[in-house]
Parts: sequence; C-alpha cells; structure tokens
Amino acid sequence: MTPALSVILFTTASGAGYGLLALLGLLAPFGLVPAAPWFGIASLVLALALVSAGLLASTLHLGHPERAWRAVSQWRSSWLAREGFSAVLTYLPALGFGATWFLARRVDPAAAALGALAAAGAVVTIFCTSMIYASLRPVRQWRNAYVTPSFFLLAGFSGALWLATLARAFHAAATLPTTLSSGLALLFGLAALAAKILYWRAIDRTPGASTAETATGLGHLGRVRALEAPHTEENYLMREMGFRIARKHARRLRALSVLVGFAAPLLLTIAALVLPALPALIAALAASLLALTGIFVERWLFFAEATHTVVLYYGRAA
Amino acid sequence: MTSLPTPQAGRKKLGLVIDLDTCVGCHACAVNCKEWNTGGHPGPLPDYDPYGAKPDGVWFNRIHTYEAGEGAAGRTVHFPRSCLHCDEPACVTVCPTGASYKRAEDGIVLVNPDLCIGCKLCSWACPYGAREFDEDEGVMKKCTLCIDRIYNETIPEAQRVPACVATCPAHARHFGDLGDPTSEVSDLVRSRGGYDLMPEMGYRPVNKYLPPRKHACSAPALPEPVANGTGVGERLLAWLDRALSA
Repeated sequence: MTPALSVILFTTASGAGYGLLALLGLLAPFGLVPAAPWFGIASLVLALALVSAGLLASTLHLGHPERAWRAVSQWRSSWLAREGFSAVLTYLPALGFGATWFLARRVDPAAAALGALAAAGAVVTIFCTSMIYASLRPVRQWRNAYVTPSFFLLAGFSGALWLATLARAFHAAATLPTTLSSGLALLFGLAALAAKILYWRAIDRTPGASTAETATGLGHLGRVRALEAPHTEENYLMREMGFRIARKHARRLRALSVLVGFAAPLLLTIAALVLPALPALIAALAASLLALTGIFVERWLFFAEATHTVVLYYGRAA
Repeated sequence: MTSLPTPQAGRKKLGLVIDLDTCVGCHACAVNCKEWNTGGHPGPLPDYDPYGAKPDGVWFNRIHTYEAGEGAAGRTVHFPRSCLHCDEPACVTVCPTGASYKRAEDGIVLVNPDLCIGCKLCSWACPYGAREFDEDEGVMKKCTLCIDRIYNETIPEAQRVPACVATCPAHARHFGDLGDPTSEVSDLVRSRGGYDLMPEMGYRPVNKYLPPRKHACSAPALPEPVANGTGVGERLLAWLDRALSA
C-alpha cells in the first residue's frame, strides 16, 4: 500500500495525543496528578493539539476535505465513521476535564469522572483507528492479530513519554513520582517493541490465503502467470495499492525504527531517572521526540510493507 | 446507508456471467463501457494525459491475459475484471459517509458522488480492484452495471443490457438475475460450473466466471514420413526425407 503521509501523520500524532489523554484521565481519579492546574492545562493542551493536528492532517488526503463532516454518519457499519464519531465526542469530556480541573484548582469528583470519560473516549478512538486497518481482508499485513495491540501499546508508549516529560517540566514529582511516569513509559515501550517484533515475524512467515490461482479461479489448469496487463501505464490501482519497497530497505527501516523509536527513548528514559533535574528534563524531551520519529517510520513501513490482493491480477505476490 | 440490505431468499441479484472459454481478449467490453459511462450516470470518466507518454484514466473494465498450466496442457486465458456486485461488499460497509450503497431491490453496488468524500477506503476494501478514483472530481467511481441502460425505457428493449454485454462479439458476457435459479444465467452457472473469484475472502460475489472448457487436444498427429515404401513416389519421398534430414 502506498504510504499516505497525511494518514501516517494522523495516526502517529493522534496516537501520542490519545495516549497522553488516556493516562491523564486514568491517573487523575487516583490523586496522582498535581492539584495546581498548570500541569493539567499544559498536558491537556498538548494532548488535544496532537489529536487535532492529526485529525486535520487526515482530512488532507480526501478528495473533498470540505465534506469531511459527513464521515461520522455511518457509525453502524464503518470503523472510519466510528473513529470520527468517537474522536469528536472525546473532545467534550476532555475539555470538561480541563475546565473543571482549572476552575476547582484540584481534581474534584466531577473532574475525575470527566477524566475517566475522556480516557475511555481516547481508548475507543485508538481501537477504532486500529480496526480501520485490521478489518481489511484484502491486506494480510493489516488483518493481523498484532495490529490492534500495537496501536494501543504505541499510543501508551508515546503518551507516557510525554507524561514523564511534562511531569519533569512542572516539577510534579510530589504527586506523580518520576518512577511511575517513567516506569509506565518503559513498560509500554518494551511491550510495544515486543508486539512490533512479533508482528514483523508474523507478516514475514505467513503467506496470504489468496494467490493468482484463487484470484482468477484458474488454478485447476496449473500455475497461473500474467501474460499481458490490461494497460501499459500505471493506473490508480497500481499507484494506490501496488507500492513496492525493496526487502533490504524494509529491513534497514525496521532497524531504524527500533533504534530511534524504541532503543534510544528507552535508554534516555532510564538515564533521566538518574540524572539531575535539567539534564533529566532534556533527556525526557529527547525521548518523547525520538519516539514520535521512530513511530512515524514504523507507521510508514506499516503501509509500505502491506500488500493488497489486487496486485495478484498483475502477476505480483500479495 | 452503508449497512447492507437484509438478505432474503429469492431477491433479485443482477449480475454478469463471464465465459472465459469464449472471451477472445479484444477489450471491446472495456471500450464500450468507457464510451457509454463517460456520457452516462457516473460520467465523465477522466483521462489523464490521454495523448501523452503516460496515458491513464478511470475504466470499469480491465482485461488481463494469463497463461495457466504447463506445456501441452497450458492455456492462454483472457480475463475481464470488473465489479462483482458482491453480496458481502466490504467496500460498502467501510464507507463512512453513506456514499457507497448496495441496492436492496437488485443488489447493484453504487456510489453517490454527492456524498463521497474521496477517502479511498472502499478501494482498499475491495480485493478485486473494482473501484478507481477520479482525480478530477475527487470522488470514487465504479461499475454501475449500466443502471442507466438496463432500466432505460427510451432505448429498444434488446439494448437494455450493460454496454459490455451488448458489445461483446464473442458472446462471452451474459447479464441476468443470479438470484433467480430459473434464469438463463443461473442455468449457465449450473451447467458450466460457474465459480466465484477469491471465495476465501468471503465477499460472496454475484458475478460468476465460467471456466475454459476442457479440450482434448484432438487434432490428428502428423503422419510419419514414409521411409520404406515400395512405390517409386514413396521411395523418392523417402530419399528426399533422408537428404533433407541429413
């Protein structure tokens, strides 16, 4: 599948934003966030900015961006509509959570309830995003048991890294111990890395159920080879779904995303736990930014390595 | 509404039966489809750079040619590919806006271009590559089964079939109601072993393909050159054969 820059930006940014929002919403009811509202304001602004930038980016690949509002109507059948619907709905408790926290100068029961609702909305939205891909039967690298866990763990990882960075920036250690925020980032990061490695093993080892023989139904005659294509130049199908990435580039990019997206942020997070305040803050910020970069590469590969059954008709493997 | 109509036994399922035994790969179906539809319901169908180095555009029919099998048993098969108007069309259910829909009354899968936001997800959801994006209009296009011909009371009744069917010079394309077990197309599917493409995908296509017939390669073998005849002519031929084989 051809990597769609706007969708890659969207899933990377909104993943981090929803991850941060979900963690804030879940930690707040347990009294684990500072009462002084500046940490909360900064965190919610960052989370919603990442989400909103992602949502706006996602409309850029549409043929009719001005009709994007229509995309919530078919929530009964479409994961894309469900994603849009829950993304829009999540703004309400998220904004309410921030407003009550700011006005009461503490997380009162109302703020705690709104925080929990915002966290639920974030989780539902990430789930819907992952299901857009995981429900597509023609793309075996997407209809895969590791896709949804990976989306959740990567959102948790990037969200936790930002939470740890903000906790350091606002000296929130009294209520949100650095061992907790950094510990969450380490746990999510290791789990996400494991999920990605298992995902890559799975897509490398499991061949697709469909072949040129099943696509044409001519398998009873023997092996099917494409002799002549219907057209001499690339058409929409080949441009959109016939993207090819050299195996050696895929391997290098996987290694790059592991190094930049996982190894470096995890090491920096551990370093931040032992460094003095300012270097620790810089290490935490660097970890957050590197993880976003690495996840961007990972998401690019998620598209580039995916093959669509339509290429079977053109004599390629899917 | 992108939820699918509830299936009912005996409901009309209009579709095509494509005979891979008689298709000669002339692309007439593709050309007539393009001609009709660029002026019809889903038109215009764009052409990008039509006279340039890389001509491209939206077509609802694509004719592939395959070789199947090895050696003497191998066959060359021409293979028209178009929308199969599936019973379980994920291209419809993934649509977030309700632009894609499957008609309850005849099973035809259509796109409403006024509701389409051009997200292209439906084209990702189709295993068969039936949908092509119109870059000029920013909306998705697809085969309509010539909805503006088959119900068109202003054209003679004999022409109320899809353009691809009307034009096929080999009569390799048949149109009819595949939901009616007594229809001619259902008969064809039964008698010729009509089958689904990629049944493992679970989309349950309505269109069926008829496999190439089994031809015993029955042409008589060429006679061996006469080597030991007794007549003058045969001996002369035998000598010629030896002289030319040397």
